[in-house]
Amino acid sequence: MLTLKNISFDVPADKGEIGIIRDISLEVGDDQFVVITGPNGGGKSTLARLIAGVEKPTSGRIYFDGEDITEKSITDRANMGISYAFQQPVRFKGVQVLDLIRLAAKKRLSAADACQYLSEVGLCAKDYINREVNASLSGGELKRIEIATVLARSSRLAVFDEPEAGIDLWSFQNLIQVFERMRNQTHGSIVIISHQERILNIADKIIVIADGRVTKSGPKEEILPEILGTASAVDACKFYQEDK
Amino acid sequence: MQGIDDIQLRLLEEIAGLHEVPEGAFNIRANGQLASRQNTAHIEIVSKEDGSGIDIHIKPHTKKESVHIPVVLSKSGLKETVYNDFYIGEDCDVVIVAGCGIDNCGTADTQHDGIHRFFVGKGSKVKYVEKHYGSGNGKGERIMNPTTEVHLDEDSYMEMEMVQIKGVDSTQRSTVVDAAAGAKLVIQERLLTHGTQHATSEIIANLNGEGSSANILSRSVAKENSNQIFLAKIFGNAPCAGHTECDAIIMDNAKVSSIPEITANDPDAALIHEAAIGKIAGEQIIKLMTLGLTEEEAENQIVNGFLK
Repeated sequence: MLTLKNISFDVPADKGEIGIIRDISLEVGDDQFVVITGPNGGGKSTLARLIAGVEKPTSGRIYFDGEDITEKSITDRANMGISYAFQQPVRFKGVQVLDLIRLAAKKRLSAADACQYLSEVGLCAKDYINREVNASLSGGELKRIEIATVLARSSRLAVFDEPEAGIDLWSFQNLIQVFERMRNQTHGSIVIISHQERILNIADKIIVIADGRVTKSGPKEEILPEILGTASAVDACKFYQEDK
Repeated sequence: MQGIDDIQLRLLEEIAGLHEVPEGAFNIRANGQLASRQNTAHIEIVSKEDGSGIDIHIKPHTKKESVHIPVVLSKSGLKETVYNDFYIGEDCDVVIVAGCGIDNCGTADTQHDGIHRFFVGKGSKVKYVEKHYGSGNGKGERIMNPTTEVHLDEDSYMEMEMVQIKGVDSTQRSTVVDAAAGAKLVIQERLLTHGTQHATSEIIANLNGEGSSANILSRSVAKENSNQIFLAKIFGNAPCAGHTECDAIIMDNAKVSSIPEITANDPDAALIHEAAIGKIAGEQIIKLMTLGLTEEEAENQIVNGFLK
């Protein structure tokens, strides 16, 4: 359903240009659960932004259900069925959680219906529904709300950029269950950028990206054993111990 | 409603949410004349003898009652200055809804200068809501210059919500408050200017009594070629707490000045000011676009949320 063909993305630098993404081709199938992993600075987040349309590739084409969407805007892609959860969710003064979920769902959901999405990401809905999406929310709360907005869209393709980033261990354990549930009830394709072993473990397909290139790609059974114990597949507890 | 035409009715809906005769006390002024009035057992509205405005007397211990005093102008070229004085007795809990709507389809300027004075009795609680709105496509300007003076007696509480979202070409707002011991003031101002509009708002809070407090919050959006000046001054003349925060979104070629000023004349006055002016963050627009909104729809959502 999603095909990236020879995608490159360069940014201007002091001397000429630097290639952030170098000739990447990959495929995400219908209802497939794909996890993209690899070292920091390897170009994973850029790839997510290219899929969502936030960035345009320097060269190469992107196809969604066979249609070339390379030149399509963020809005067009969203309306075609692509969702994108930010690594660092955006704050809005004055905009309430309910407003954001309604915008995502594209209909005037009742507060009760909107609450369901919040409950799914482990937030006690009634405490949050009328809160503003502003600096009073913690990083972990914002992250869950961000994921709830993507759930509310129930789109054909959802891209999550490092859902574990900026979340404490306690919250993360709960969040993994959200993805495990999505995995079981999936009605669309999911692409998650993550280093977490438990997320890699529920993948159909794992793609390893390093230095702007695909270095490994294949079914979980094949790729996971190769990368276990490296920085591309960390155990959550170990990860947080190292972080300290 | 008697004595009110369709345009005036639309203005009333915008500024006071009125579709029909409101409950409680009210005084509706249309094109410089009294259109309708109602008193209650506890609230009496009387015209000033010189015809320059009204006095509103709220008896002590009046609870859960409201007063509406909207003003609408639909005649081009009308200029008026109106003095309204509110005398609120002790131990009251009331809501006062004021507001002014001008529809100007003509070439002459239409102007309403409302001068409101509030005397809030001991221990009373007042919520004051004021909305300003302009419409009409005439060349004449719609001008509103409200002056508000508030005297808070001991342990009283006043919450003021002042909103000007649309269609007022020029406004010069002045609000001066003095607070006795234990009195609390909360001001929330919302302002949107567009076109070549100009708005100045000055709020001065004198915290004179021990334990008094003021919280002045302003949110504004300046679009197109409009300009805004916001001045918030808090004087801490006793052990007190004061906070002012003004946030502005600036768009297009607009100009915004934000000038907070805090003065402590007592070592136990705790005063804080915060001010920020900035464009809508690009990431905010991108986020809403990933939900399927166009760039313009995203901007509108962000502005509406900010001014809500």
